[in-house]
Amino acid sequence: MADDEQFDDGEDIDLSSLSDEDLVTQMHDDLYDGLREEIEEGTNILLERGWSAKRALDEALVEGMRIVGIDFRDGILFVPEVLLAANAMKGGMAILRPLLAETGAPPIGKMVIGTVKGDIHDIGKNLVGMMMEGAGFEVIDLGINNSVEKYLAALDEHKPDILGMSALLTTTMPYMKVVIDTMVEKGIRDDFIVLVGGAPLNEEFAKAVGADAYCRDAAVAVETATEFMKRRHNIRGAAQA
Amino acid sequence: MSAARAGPEVSSLLIACGALAKEIVQVIRANGWEHMRIQCLPAELHNRPENIPEAVRAKIRQARGTYDRIFVAYADCGTGGLLDKVLEEEGVTRLPGAHCYQFYAGAEVFEALHDAEPGAFYLTDFLSRHFDRLVIEALGLDRHPELRDQYFGNYRKLVYLAQSKDAVLEAKARQAAATLELEFESRLTGFGELESTLVEFAGEGVEAAPPSAWKA
Repeated sequence: MADDEQFDDGEDIDLSSLSDEDLVTQMHDDLYDGLREEIEEGTNILLERGWSAKRALDEALVEGMRIVGIDFRDGILFVPEVLLAANAMKGGMAILRPLLAETGAPPIGKMVIGTVKGDIHDIGKNLVGMMMEGAGFEVIDLGINNSVEKYLAALDEHKPDILGMSALLTTTMPYMKVVIDTMVEKGIRDDFIVLVGGAPLNEEFAKAVGADAYCRDAAVAVETATEFMKRRHNIRGAAQA
Repeated sequence: MSAARAGPEVSSLLIACGALAKEIVQVIRANGWEHMRIQCLPAELHNRPENIPEAVRAKIRQARGTYDRIFVAYADCGTGGLLDKVLEEEGVTRLPGAHCYQFYAGAEVFEALHDAEPGAFYLTDFLSRHFDRLVIEALGLDRHPELRDQYFGNYRKLVYLAQSKDAVLEAKARQAAATLELEFESRLTGFGELESTLVEFAGEGVEAAPPSAWKA
């Protein structure tokens, strides 16, 4: 058989015939190409081979999405491709989620997230939520168009570590300041890490509204949240010492 | 060698978003502004608004020495104040508001529209004309129609802000609403604040646009 036939693009790859290492690499490619069924199949194969749900999540799915995120940031991939990759990851996550819950491992932290009042654009917020969950956070998704009352009620009910607010519109992003100012008035601002994101935002804006950080994409949100949680644990540890 | 200057009668330049080119040319012709020229940046820059400020800056610097006065026919356009920062550094002003829907409809009308229905997707004449390329193809919906709900699941209606009475464009806008499975509404705005702002610029000069619609 000629080499070009062996590696014909149109030929289906038998995922179960691949070594663990090759399978994970193939899953990264499949995530990149947004192939949900292949990701579900690959996830099941890894579990059948005795991989823990956490390892499959970290090495196959999260790492694959990290690569997608880098290429989106660099302008190689665009929103449609990222959405397809996210759909594929959701397929794998649906298989792993119950198994992860069974382990009883505590989440790294808890996050309440939602788009601000007047803003119905949730693509970025959904990506952040998914990647935060993939990184081991418990995510409470308030959905779209959230008033300050709704955010505060959620903070009171769920007592998260992190509040995440998202906006796509220049006209709706100032509402983040309304929420943060209300938190200050009620004396609860410092009880939470406040992260903000959305296409028209920047670090200067985050600082101006009193957020802890601006997260330019889902990967940065995970890194930032993880870093803030470490600091939080260190402060608590020092207080208890 | 310095850049060749435009003739004495050509002293003003509008650096415009490509999405406004046709309308601006109409305004220039209707007003007989022979001293005014227009140079456009691609409308597709809106898919990466973070690239707009530096693209505008490059155009401004290219035009220096050639034109006496420069005006930028962009709104904030999703740059979150970064375009204003560049314009402040360059000493150039722009159109008012957050985006073209706002200056076409007028700030108050647009705010009322948005408050009444945050889930409204807006089209202008330009977007109606190029809907397939700039919306359907750019969002990948031609190749992946299954993404429709992720993009438009939270939208309720499509509002066509018409700059002209054009039955063909209105029919296209109506068809766009049907394609996206949204209710349809049409409002004739004319050129709105686009024209009034350009008239000011063509006269004694324009007041600076609000430094930032986003500043808290």
